[in-house]
Amino acid sequence: MDYIIILIAAVFVNNIVLSQFLGICPFLGVSNKVSTSVGMSGAVLFVMTIATMATYLLHEFILVPAGLDYLRTITFILVIAALVQMVEIILKKVSPPLYQALGVFLPLITTNCAVLGVAILALGLEGGSLLKAVFFAVSNSIGFGLALIVFASIREHLELANIPNGMKGVPINLLVAGLLSLAFLGFTGLV
Amino acid sequence: MAEKVNQTQNFLKGIVKENPVFVMLLGMCPTLGVTSSAFNGLGMGVATLFVLLMSNIVVSLVKSQIPSKVRIPAFIIIIASFVTIVEMVLEAFVPFLYEQLGIFIPLIVVNCLILGRAEAFASKNNILSSILDALGMGLGFVVALTLLGATREILGSGSLFGLKFVPEDANTFILFILPPGAFIALAYLTVLFNKISIKTT
Repeated sequence: MDYIIILIAAVFVNNIVLSQFLGICPFLGVSNKVSTSVGMSGAVLFVMTIATMATYLLHEFILVPAGLDYLRTITFILVIAALVQMVEIILKKVSPPLYQALGVFLPLITTNCAVLGVAILALGLEGGSLLKAVFFAVSNSIGFGLALIVFASIREHLELANIPNGMKGVPINLLVAGLLSLAFLGFTGLV
Repeated sequence: MAEKVNQTQNFLKGIVKENPVFVMLLGMCPTLGVTSSAFNGLGMGVATLFVLLMSNIVVSLVKSQIPSKVRIPAFIIIIASFVTIVEMVLEAFVPFLYEQLGIFIPLIVVNCLILGRAEAFASKNNILSSILDALGMGLGFVVALTLLGATREILGSGSLFGLKFVPEDANTFILFILPPGAFIALAYLTVLFNKISIKTT
């Protein structure tokens, strides 16, 4: 039951992009085509899950016992950066087709605040365990993917719309994101 | 003289012409996430300005020692060190703000504005130019966040910097302090900013 609540909360109620504002850069940056947004979502799912697992273990078994809690930010970002590099190298060797699909997005993920954000948020989960933290990361990356893909589909349609000059580009995208966020606000109270 | 004009431009470009938020769209997560009031926006802006300034200074000082292959991780460590300092200082001296900004404080590390300036400017220029660049860009960020925070606070809760100017029971556009309001307010502020900056140039 706990896990179902985490899933619904992360995907709909507290959507990581639309209500927590994490990962806005890729959300606005790579959402002009549905196909690229699917690739990005896959890459985020992959990295976020592994990164949260690594940072959770690091925090639980090294930082806390050693009293180095204040080094959280600096160690987490290093672990994530190293992990992204490693994933890139391993994917290239083991699964070239997957690398083809996700490769270009991987370097971008290091500075995706959603990954670091979820890694930090996962530490604060109630009755936290490794399994719960990983499940939390998976749920959040599904939420990220959902928001990104819906947004990209709307943007594809926008290209055909007649938009006033001053609103072209960034403002209209932000406005669409705002309306999407408004729609997700409707899920408040679901859990 | 030409040198001086150049440095002035170097400083001013971040505020209007290359404003990090309205023009370059950098650091959007804190921009949208913490600006539910003008004070929070200002606090986040100043914290970011500090980290940006310090990291620009350090990067421009050590740029020749860093091999270009590992420069990005090196920059990230420099930035993360200063973010840790900011985190500790805020927790100790301004616990209220620390609570309000929450997760967005450690996330200053991944603010693309800071890494972007380190990579695109400080690693190629001398220390004076880097300081001016950081101050200009940082101030542009502070102005943008405060403006967005003020807009949202005025519309959403009828107050500015915590001073209420409508009756307690008045209806305000609560939408603007909720997440959708952040996107919508920023969208219209960008339109306004574009209009004004096109007129002046």
